Amino acid sequence: MGKTRVKAKVSFHEQIASDIYSMRLQVGAMASEAVPGQFVAVYCKDGSRLLPRPISICEINEAKGELRLVYRVVGDGTEEFSKLHAGALVTVMGPLGNGYDLLDKKAILIAGGIGIPPMLELAKQLAVPKTIVLGYRDELFLNEDFEKYGEVVIASEDGKHGTKGNVLDAIAESQVTGEAIYSCGPLPMLRAVKQYGMEHDMVTQISMEEKMACGIGACLSCVCESTEVDAHSHVHNKRVCKDGPVFYAQEVTL
Amino acid sequence: MMNVNMEVSLAGVTLKNPVMTASGTFGSGVEYSEFVDLNKLGAVVTKGVANVAWQGNPTPRIAETYGGMMNAVGLQNPGIDVFCERDIPFLKQYDTRIIVNVCGHTEAEYVEVVERLAAENDVAMLEINVSCPNVKEGGIAFGQKPEALEAITKAVKRVARQPVIMKLSPNVTDITEMAKAAEAGGADCLSLINTLTGMKIDVDRRCFALANKTGGLSGPAIKPIAVRMVYQVAQAVSLPIIGMGGIMTAEDALEFILAGATAVSIGTANFVNPNTTINVLEGIEAYMLNYGVRDINELIGAVHE
Repeated sequence: MGKTRVKAKVSFHEQIASDIYSMRLQVGAMASEAVPGQFVAVYCKDGSRLLPRPISICEINEAKGELRLVYRVVGDGTEEFSKLHAGALVTVMGPLGNGYDLLDKKAILIAGGIGIPPMLELAKQLAVPKTIVLGYRDELFLNEDFEKYGEVVIASEDGKHGTKGNVLDAIAESQVTGEAIYSCGPLPMLRAVKQYGMEHDMVTQISMEEKMACGIGACLSCVCESTEVDAHSHVHNKRVCKDGPVFYAQEVTL
Repeated sequence: MMNVNMEVSLAGVTLKNPVMTASGTFGSGVEYSEFVDLNKLGAVVTKGVANVAWQGNPTPRIAETYGGMMNAVGLQNPGIDVFCERDIPFLKQYDTRIIVNVCGHTEAEYVEVVERLAAENDVAMLEINVSCPNVKEGGIAFGQKPEALEAITKAVKRVARQPVIMKLSPNVTDITEMAKAAEAGGADCLSLINTLTGMKIDVDRRCFALANKTGGLSGPAIKPIAVRMVYQVAQAVSLPIIGMGGIMTAEDALEFILAGATAVSIGTANFVNPNTTINVLEGIEAYMLNYGVRDINELIGAVHE
């Protein structure tokens, strides 16, 4: 079946932290197609905002035909979404992108900020011993949702929660070990995680972010620099929306 | 129920209907074929292809604006060899016309691609991109001076086996001068408009929203300008016109046709809804049935002084 574009009904919507919202959408069969690490494109109703907003999938409920999206309000589009009440309809296209390869190796999930949500479904589906390392600026969100899936280690910039500092500080302090890294978060964090993975000889997958238009690999807006020649354009630009958003760290130049 | 004729002719090339895709928004159709039955389209206009692979611009390449968007992709493409081996065979499977958009930095590069395409019998027409605002050399440099446009048109026509569409830039003082220059150079058809050069500034970060600083503005925000230019060009030259610029609906497409366009291209709206081409096509048919118009050709340029 692949990708579809549907009018989804909002079944539940709540604010879970400052500027962070959790929305459950009834998307029908789209939920059966989705895998951890993929995203959906959510369209605004306001016609002045043309482009869909790419939002990562936080949880997949195949039985209910439901996706959970946890997103941060960063502009007018996400502001519009945050006003949707239960029962409202919203147009969604997905699932988009590739998702993580689930490897049979002891895992460390490393996520920062709004990179945290997609790790929840991954934590759920990844049936190996794992440690989940979550980095926050100050306020916590979703951390309790992760607890049933593995050991949770927290870092916060202000030190109010867990280790004071970043995710790598928390890994060092808690002496977290593993063989495979799954990561999503801001670019400086991904750079540090890639470096850490190389130094410790760990298989590292990272999820990239870039401004997108079509969301399906046609417009070539959301490329990232790749180490090898890419299959689409035969240059060094992989498409974040189609070839990613998840890449093995050595595939991309950060 | 009344049957309506949707068939139009562009420089001797018959299209089953006037709805096509705008170059650069639809790739070579591979990705959109998951959503759109390409057999239903009048033509697929491919993303620009050069003699060799082009890396394109740094990111961010895209920025949304009120009722529009700006792009500065910079014509990233795999080059003509990969295109001929991979994309033409893909498109050939469908019952639609293939129009290849050609880009280059120099006259020799355009000519090389056009010569290479001369052997491709499945390519119905060539669209020459002399109006991309996002590459430093070539592109728009050929599309802003009448003499340069006439010269490149002649050079391309000398080697082209297929009818040649010159794609015009709106970033000029008088687009009719450019249309006349293309006609004088031997163009078979014109397409307009390409994007308008714009700029967006990120006030929080105090920087340009696009890595390229400027980008090409597209989307419904530019439609009135595009309709005006299509109308002006239709009065100035006798070449068939492919109209584009912010078409979101059948009504938008009909504005272009009534202003003088023989065919229309859907660009940015593909990003808003991948099925826009089909919605526009069906909407035009519904309009014709509603108003008792039997032949789409009756509507072309029907509004004039």
